[in-house]
Amino acid sequence: MRLIVALPNDSAPKFQEYARPEVLVTTEWLAEHLEDPGLVVAESDEDVLLYETGHIPGAVKLDWHTELNDPLTRDYLDGDRFSELMSDKGISRDATLVLYGDRNNWWAAYALWVCTLFGHPDLRLLDGGRTKWIAEGRPLTTEEPQRPRTNYPVVDRDDTRFRVFRQQVMTHLGKLVDVRSPGEYTGELLHMPEYPQEGALRGGHIPSARNVPWARAAADDATFRTRKELETIYQDETGLQADDDVVVYCRIGERSSHTWFVLHHLLGYPQVRNYDGSWTEWGNSVRTPIRKGEAP
Amino acid sequence: MTAGTGTLNPRLREIAEDFAAVPGKERLQLLLEFAQELPQLPARYADRHDLLEPVPECQSPLFLGVEVDDDGTVHLFFDAPREAPTTRGFAGILHAGLDGLSAEEILQTPSEFSGRLGLDDLVSPLRLRGMAAMMARIKRQVRRQRG
Repeated sequence: MRLIVALPNDSAPKFQEYARPEVLVTTEWLAEHLEDPGLVVAESDEDVLLYETGHIPGAVKLDWHTELNDPLTRDYLDGDRFSELMSDKGISRDATLVLYGDRNNWWAAYALWVCTLFGHPDLRLLDGGRTKWIAEGRPLTTEEPQRPRTNYPVVDRDDTRFRVFRQQVMTHLGKLVDVRSPGEYTGELLHMPEYPQEGALRGGHIPSARNVPWARAAADDATFRTRKELETIYQDETGLQADDDVVVYCRIGERSSHTWFVLHHLLGYPQVRNYDGSWTEWGNSVRTPIRKGEAP
Repeated sequence: MTAGTGTLNPRLREIAEDFAAVPGKERLQLLLEFAQELPQLPARYADRHDLLEPVPECQSPLFLGVEVDDDGTVHLFFDAPREAPTTRGFAGILHAGLDGLSAEEILQTPSEFSGRLGLDDLVSPLRLRGMAAMMARIKRQVRRQRG
């Protein structure tokens, strides 16, 4: 991926340890560059109303569920509609797009991953997301920005590099990371009597997958853990090797986008793919093997 | 709008009509108003989540309290964090539409009521599921407490 960096990188020392320091910005950096013409900030939250309660001045809203998915097919937008969405939001192809959101940037990482499928050149996450911005007492506004419409080109979505499908996962058993909670991994969480199910018929995990809940990559202040801490989690404890071909998954591919970001951008694994069909597909499909319990 | 079979009580019907009367984006603002109008927990429940029922189907933690008076009047209490305005908004709608009604009126409320607010495309069915779950739990508690 060629990076056309419109704005300077954030030179924060913590970021320099990561494989790709340019994919993160600090709250300080963002506050300083908020008025820069080449910058667009987008908020992507789990809660669809959170943006309306107050957002970073100038930030547009990008809703993971209602805007990035195809309304009929279980898939993401195609190139035409992505171009329409970005143009409508006033985001140009050469803009530095900084994403942030609630819950340790969970949904912001998802939006970033979807934008990556369309190869948007300069994508960054705000380290610490919405939580840190607010904790530091930085300004919020309820005023919606009026960005002039852009002419975002129609770019085909590339599903080969960072996305993977069920049939491919079937032949890929071995280097899988299940980033759901331990209860979902072992299969216990589907057995709550009377309660609506999580959308899968069976509980458990894909054989050979190791369980590393996604939020372990975040520190208490919602920022990413340091490279050393991340290496301890994913390499020392989980046994992944830097040149492994890794597949990550969760329930619908959102939490695993966060881990995808960590493994690919922060730890520099060259081949990391997100299986967005995830457990809601795997756990329901005919003739797919599953495992229950704590063992991979 | 999703057609439902059961009838809504006048208060819920009015809420559904209010949502239907405004265009898409303003429906989110209306939902936000319900979030802002959700009453605080009374003192006896404040910091006493152990006395309330958790609703894990909501994307953000929500706690529900249901009290049924001897005459069958139902009182509803909700607690959800400020950072979860959608969940608070759902709770606010149910509070505005159901609090103070009789047990019978609550049990007659169609379970798919949340589908009648025209929010499917704006909020997504996945998120609306939390509201249906609140409704189901309210009914279950009313049934249980009424004996």
